[in-house]
Amino acid sequence: MTVIIILIIFSILVAGGFLVAFFWAVRSGQYDDTYSPSVRMLFDDKKSESEKNHKKD
Amino acid sequence: MSDKVLAPETVKCYHCGELCEDELVEFDDKPFCCNGCKMVYEILNENDLCNYYDLQNTPGINLRNRNYEQKFAYLDNQDIQNQLLNFSSDHLNKIVFFVPAIHCSSCIWLLEHLDRLREGIIQSRVNFVRKEVSIDYNPEVISLKTIVELLATVGYEPEINLQNASRTKAKKESRKLYLQVGVAGFGFGNIMLLSFPEYFGFEGLDHSVRMFMSYINILISLPVVFYSASSYFISAYKGLRQKYINIDVPITIGIVTLFVRSLYEILSEAGPGYLDSLAGLIFFLLIGKWFQSRTYESLSFDRDYKSYFPLAVSRITDDAHEMVQITELKENDVIEVRNQEIIPADSELISSEASIDYSFVTGEADTIEKQEGDYIYAGGRQVGNTIQLRIKKAVSQSYLTQLWNNDAFNEESTYDSLIDKISKYFTLAVLFIALASATFWYFEGPSHILNAFTAVLIVACPCALSLATPFTLGNAMTILGGHKLYLKHMNVLEKLWNITTIIFDKTGTLTRTDGARIKFVGEKPLTNEQKSMIASLAANSTHPLSRALQRHLHDFGNREQIIGFKEAEGKGVSGVVLGKEVALGSAGFVGGQEVGATVGTSIVHIKIGEYRGYFSVQSSYRKGLGDLVKSLANKYKLLVLSGDNQSEEANLKTIFTENSSFVFNQKPEQKLAYIREKQQDGEQVLMLGDGLNDAGALMQANVGFAVTEDVTAFTPACDAILYGQNLNALSNYLKFARLSKKVILASFTISFIYNFIGLSLAVSAQITPLFAAILMPLSSISVVAFATFSVRLIAKRLKLL
Repeated sequence: MTVIIILIIFSILVAGGFLVAFFWAVRSGQYDDTYSPSVRMLFDDKKSESEKNHKKD
Repeated sequence: MSDKVLAPETVKCYHCGELCEDELVEFDDKPFCCNGCKMVYEILNENDLCNYYDLQNTPGINLRNRNYEQKFAYLDNQDIQNQLLNFSSDHLNKIVFFVPAIHCSSCIWLLEHLDRLREGIIQSRVNFVRKEVSIDYNPEVISLKTIVELLATVGYEPEINLQNASRTKAKKESRKLYLQVGVAGFGFGNIMLLSFPEYFGFEGLDHSVRMFMSYINILISLPVVFYSASSYFISAYKGLRQKYINIDVPITIGIVTLFVRSLYEILSEAGPGYLDSLAGLIFFLLIGKWFQSRTYESLSFDRDYKSYFPLAVSRITDDAHEMVQITELKENDVIEVRNQEIIPADSELISSEASIDYSFVTGEADTIEKQEGDYIYAGGRQVGNTIQLRIKKAVSQSYLTQLWNNDAFNEESTYDSLIDKISKYFTLAVLFIALASATFWYFEGPSHILNAFTAVLIVACPCALSLATPFTLGNAMTILGGHKLYLKHMNVLEKLWNITTIIFDKTGTLTRTDGARIKFVGEKPLTNEQKSMIASLAANSTHPLSRALQRHLHDFGNREQIIGFKEAEGKGVSGVVLGKEVALGSAGFVGGQEVGATVGTSIVHIKIGEYRGYFSVQSSYRKGLGDLVKSLANKYKLLVLSGDNQSEEANLKTIFTENSSFVFNQKPEQKLAYIREKQQDGEQVLMLGDGLNDAGALMQANVGFAVTEDVTAFTPACDAILYGQNLNALSNYLKFARLSKKVILASFTISFIYNFIGLSLAVSAQITPLFAAILMPLSSISVVAFATFSVRLIAKRLKLL
């Protein structure tokens, strides 16, 4: 039965890892602004000239 | 650029999306409502940044009537820079600006590509929720002033003041709450997982394994109790020290009892304890708290005169100009104030004349003419030429500043919310029941005393009760926010329940701040020179229509000399300006055709040499006021408190019902005193106002709403900010607030029922850990669900959703 004790300790460690990750996320400001990152990732990098001309046509 | 006629009513500006009403600028085949908007397009176009317009249609900010000349000169002052910068070195400066105009994804895109607009800007990042931009720049290449001017020219003028410290503190608070919720959630999940064997009574487990699980549970519960729940202990302690029982007192009793009893049971090997219920309880409570903490961070409800005044003014010393902070101004300093700038301190006029607009301080709409040597109070806005002033009193001694030192601004709010009132009786009742059941078991079966006593305290813990208010009012607040009624705090809704009297300010509240809606109709649009001629003539008349015209056209140049000015009572004004005969007034007076006008619209015909057309001037009262008054009148006493003179009384009487009253010529401190008097008569007052002149009244009133056209523009300290055009729905909002009280009372009833069921089992000492683990989340979740759904249902009924 001692194997269950090892498993419990292991599972708590894994859960604790996620808690630490959550702490890091909050501390690094990821919860301060929940809107702009969702928009930012959709921004294109600078359009190339040909692409722009294509659009104008 | 051409004046192609394009059915102006329907053309929307490509940049800002506003209707091109009296001006239409074409550029690159696109319509713009003014040169400002066109200029921004040009800048963006040159720098290949037109992506801005692809992300969202007409994302821009309207740039009509804006003038930045010299406005930011003070940013070159090193002292001021040091106070604003977050970090500074030779090659890198970091600064965070608060930019209220941020409103869409295009804004984010443009503000994060500032580096392409100007060399020297290294990086810029937007925080959309807080409406902030953080900019890193190289001070050797670009100055702070240039950056701010750049932001202003593209329509994102930052709001700069020296009181930003409080904003960073709020950020830390909200982060801490997230962490506390995280820890509680972690504890809740893991403890419950380790308690499952107990719930299902697995007999196969060794005693040692069970004990091991229980000890792990204790270990996990420690941070949950001492970190996550710490704010409840502190709040309860603070309350008790002031001899005051708040809702956190019974919560703290519940938490402590749960924890101590669980420790005792586990350590004495009597049972598994209630640690899962404990962690769940704290987790749910914190979720409620998080919901409650969501406020309109990006709006400022606590602004005082300091954010109204400029940061710095230009002081003149021995022929040199220098920018100094207004706090450094001393008596007898000479300062220079330009058009549209605010006079920061009580002073004496050195220039020959000035016209001062005190509308923000006194509520009077007309500008006041001052002569050399006149005494000028702080807070007025100079209209016209640049003037020079000699300071007579330091800023902190000025009239306006003194007004702020009034008691109404310093009173600590001692508002008792509904939950606070209930919690006192609730706590006493719970303690009584606990003692009673302990006494009962003392005679019936002493072994159950401790069990029954602690079970009562645990079960009665008002988790569901304390969740009812935040979820009901939090949802209501969000719904009202969707209608641009932004509440400072959810207890503003509670205060609205008891309102008996509604007091309106006139200027800016019942009327629009931008004054009348004015449109020119004529064969040809007016040239700027003609506009300036009309403005010059109108400036000489005190007739309200002339005033409206003058304000509408004040951007167009200097005042011209007028020869042979004549004012014909009730007909119009005429005179010779720049060699041409100019006349404004009725059709008969000017010599034009009568025009059929709708109710509330006046027509001013224009003649410059020959007949040119007419201005239609719409009454500046807001739409739907009559209906609003009708729907409010049977529930509330209505009153208009105005800083203006009585000239509008007749108009007001047509809008208001017979039992409403009007008080005119009220100075700011008189308004405040008037409301205090009403309150002493037992009235609960809701004040609606705008501007600094109402600041005292808004604070003194039980609830103060600031009415504004632009929710991010300056509003004085208040409880809520209401978008001016939604004023006509006020009675609907108030009804919604009253109905939200019923939802809260119903939620209380539900949680009391749960408490009753729990208590009846607790006093008979029948509570098991499994039962507690089910009852606690069940009651919390059902109360939250009930509160959320009923508020939304009511909002749907009232067509608010």
